Amino acid sequence: MNQRIPVTELESSFRGRASEALADSQLRTNFRTAMDSLMRKRADAFSDPDEREDLRELGNHIKARALSQLPDLLEQLEAKLTENGVKVHWAETTEEANQIVHGIIEAKKGSQVVKGKSMVSEEMEMNDYLAERNVECLESDMGEYIVQLDGEKPSHIIMPAIHKNRHQVARLFHNKLGVEETDDVNELIRIGRRTLREKFMEADVGVSGVNFAIAETGTLLLVENEGNGRMSTTAPPVHVAVTGIEKVVENLRDVVPLVSLLTRSALGQPITTYVNLISGPRKPDELDGPEEVHLVLLDNGRTRAFADAQMRQTLNCIRCGACMNHCPVYTRVGGHTYGEVYPGPIGKIVTPHMVGLKQVPDHPSASSLCGACGEVCPVKIPIPELLQRLRQENVKSPKEHPQVKDGGAKYSRTERAVWRVWAGLNTSPAIYRLFLWGATRFGKLTPKNVGPWTQNHSAPVPARRSLHDLARQHLGSQGTKGGRS
Amino acid sequence: MSARNNILNRLRTSLAGTEPRPDDFDEALVTEPWQYTPESRIQRLRALMEAVQTEVHQLPADQWPAKVQALLESRNLANILYAPGTAHGQKLAEHWQAHGARQDLVAYDRPVEQWKEELFWEVDASVTGTVGGIAATGSLVLWPDRNEPRLMSLLPPLHIALLKASEIEDNLYAIMQKQNWSAGLPTNLLLVSGPSKTADIEQVLAYGAHGPKELVVLILEDQ
Amino acid sequence: MSELFYDAAPNATRVAPERPKARAYPAKPSEITLFGTCVMDLFFPEAGLDAIRLLEREGIRVHFPQEQSCCGQPAWTSGYVKEAREVARAQLNLLDNGQPVVVPSGSCAGMFRQHYREVFADEPDTLKRVEDLAERTFELTEFLLHVCQVQWQDLGKPTQIALHTSCSARREMNTHLHARQLLGKLEKVERLEHDHESECCGFGGTFSVRMPEVAGAMVQDKTRSLMDSGAVEMVTADGGCLMNINGSLEKQEVRFRGRHLASFLWERVSGEKTS
Repeated sequence: MNQRIPVTELESSFRGRASEALADSQLRTNFRTAMDSLMRKRADAFSDPDEREDLRELGNHIKARALSQLPDLLEQLEAKLTENGVKVHWAETTEEANQIVHGIIEAKKGSQVVKGKSMVSEEMEMNDYLAERNVECLESDMGEYIVQLDGEKPSHIIMPAIHKNRHQVARLFHNKLGVEETDDVNELIRIGRRTLREKFMEADVGVSGVNFAIAETGTLLLVENEGNGRMSTTAPPVHVAVTGIEKVVENLRDVVPLVSLLTRSALGQPITTYVNLISGPRKPDELDGPEEVHLVLLDNGRTRAFADAQMRQTLNCIRCGACMNHCPVYTRVGGHTYGEVYPGPIGKIVTPHMVGLKQVPDHPSASSLCGACGEVCPVKIPIPELLQRLRQENVKSPKEHPQVKDGGAKYSRTERAVWRVWAGLNTSPAIYRLFLWGATRFGKLTPKNVGPWTQNHSAPVPARRSLHDLARQHLGSQGTKGGRS
Repeated sequence: MSARNNILNRLRTSLAGTEPRPDDFDEALVTEPWQYTPESRIQRLRALMEAVQTEVHQLPADQWPAKVQALLESRNLANILYAPGTAHGQKLAEHWQAHGARQDLVAYDRPVEQWKEELFWEVDASVTGTVGGIAATGSLVLWPDRNEPRLMSLLPPLHIALLKASEIEDNLYAIMQKQNWSAGLPTNLLLVSGPSKTADIEQVLAYGAHGPKELVVLILEDQ
Repeated sequence: MSELFYDAAPNATRVAPERPKARAYPAKPSEITLFGTCVMDLFFPEAGLDAIRLLEREGIRVHFPQEQSCCGQPAWTSGYVKEAREVARAQLNLLDNGQPVVVPSGSCAGMFRQHYREVFADEPDTLKRVEDLAERTFELTEFLLHVCQVQWQDLGKPTQIALHTSCSARREMNTHLHARQLLGKLEKVERLEHDHESECCGFGGTFSVRMPEVAGAMVQDKTRSLMDSGAVEMVTADGGCLMNINGSLEKQEVRFRGRHLASFLWERVSGEKTS
């Protein structure tokens, strides 16, 4: 079993970690600046609201079509890829996926792996798994390289080192690479480029993620700006791609709107520097490219989300990061507060299926349901609706058969009782009006300290007369007529 | 039961009694907002490319070898990687011969394993062809093959790309359909839209992350 | 084309609902039912009265059924479906009177218009009445603007205000647009934009008590940004946000405060001082 090795000493709960993050003014500044910039970039890239909304709808339909035929498309993908010379593997758990990847490396007697960006490999905690087996796995995406150097996890799915400013990176490079401390970002990038080029050349295996897997042609599509993805998938003799099962789309033409949605939503770019379509290993007469290409298809709870039609929509995700860029909670606490691989709104709705609600009991309620995420999701995942659903699953009693892994993590007889009383109060007009009378009459007796509310607010004091009372007086007898009883 | 079967069975159980959704792909949406007149097409391509630091030149088709030589001269580069098995590779070699150009022509004519060190560290530039361009996103389409391998457009710090003006299409969908990609893709098909870059440090844009630091596009006008 | 495809199977893969068309507003009615909301009932009843006055000024007879209580949102957003449904059913029955229902809160109006169909998703027989209620529900600002088509004269002194709109009001009911237009009718009122205007104030109902650390940071930022706008006061059409923001301002012991939009509008339009 993968031992979860915490790389920083963090409080064990969302609220605890949130408190720490909120107190870190450097982190707050870094995130506020970064998220504001990313929001602006996205808005500029989608300047025509009709085109934007039509495209989001199309993206939503394309993903829904793929999910509605997922098993058939996976089989078609496998058949086409196999025809093209790619070896396809299936893994239900991250443990299995790690075993498969390690097996491929071992067969080549490899000891050095270079990795392009892959969030799925973070789910697998692949770097740690391989390190325990004496295989060095080096991140080549600049942001991932930086967090790896610092022994951290990524704090954003697109910009892993967004929580660091250039001084922090300069200090890190100085400490870990022994280079002179410099604030010049260009110089820092040059240092990274030099260090990693050596690794691209020497690596036995290159690991990458997949943005879209195309069933029609048996093709893996990757997007990137740096070139490390191309390096990792071209230079080493073996390329292993790891992906979730939900990344498959039906037709080649389906990627046209999806790539546009992805690059514009993520970074406000019309397109990334490189769009890389891989359809097989090196052909017999070709001079470069990996001789072996593998694809590992990972479940890790996705079939659980898939089982429920409402929660299946979680799998629309194309991993753009727009939701977290627009989230007022994420902006203030940063990615590490979530304590899991995927942060932000998408993290909150997908993680329960992967690791169970018992591990992330606060995820569903770590949101004010403001809806900013749902408004920007390029594939129209109804994130607030799914958070709502997860809250329902979270408070279910065992008798109510929660539909999410380890549902009922927040089941509380006490809280249930409180809501029963609330319901009784609000469905009995006589009791409700009695309550109003009491609250307004004795309003001044409200204690100054009412728990979490008064942490941030003065004690709430009810008015002297309720609206029921004022309305009755103002409107006279005619105001009390109700509907059909 | 294999992982494969478990996964597929679970998915099929979840979908029992349902129908696949219809294909309502909207061609107009991915083409109409991204259509250009012949004049504005090149303008659009240039504008987008130059916005991300690509150097773009428009010139008559037969002048490109001289332009390549000039680019290498002005940067004081020692060599250039080229594909001898291609028509444009041969043209380059002829020009070099005829003009006694001093930069070394490095032929990519053997598998990468045989000369990795040199390819990774000692090649200053490369010149490749393209199979087209995309105006909407300012992109080149590269279709590497045995003659012009993938690493050519990735390893050297300077990549020079030859793009025929007549092969610039409006948008990705148009070129994908025109060239019938779904009938058969190469091992690796690439869209290249600028020199390599990253904004991973404080969102400050820096060029030359891992791919070429400089991209020069020569748009060749047919006479 | 896809509208013709309808897979009724409950486990069919879903697509996003069709985008709502622009709302067609009816002519001004002679009577309406006011749903006051529980927050307004207890904490801002005068604003509720001001809402009634604004409506009566348009010649509308306002009914206030005394049996009303809460729309059910607190239980619904906490995941307690059964309890939310019981309370929602009581309001649904009460409001089943064919009259337009005007709600001085975007989030409660949104509950009726969008979320009741989720609350009663398992009861196809109830859904018809839910749709009927949704059709007849109007948030106060949209009702004044689009149904009453108010003609106002601004009787107040020149002033500058900042407008805060609740997230659900904004996203479900476009209240921010309606409120802006209503305020635009008052010649001596200048509306100042504030930084991160569309960002959540941190109330989120139970969120503010379940995650007080984050909610606290959010309301701190929101109050800061409102005060930095240069406005004399803040107005908002939502009682929850008002409670949240004013509660924070009071704790910060600053002079700046917010008011319910209904009270602000009534004051400007009637010349009477409101709370």
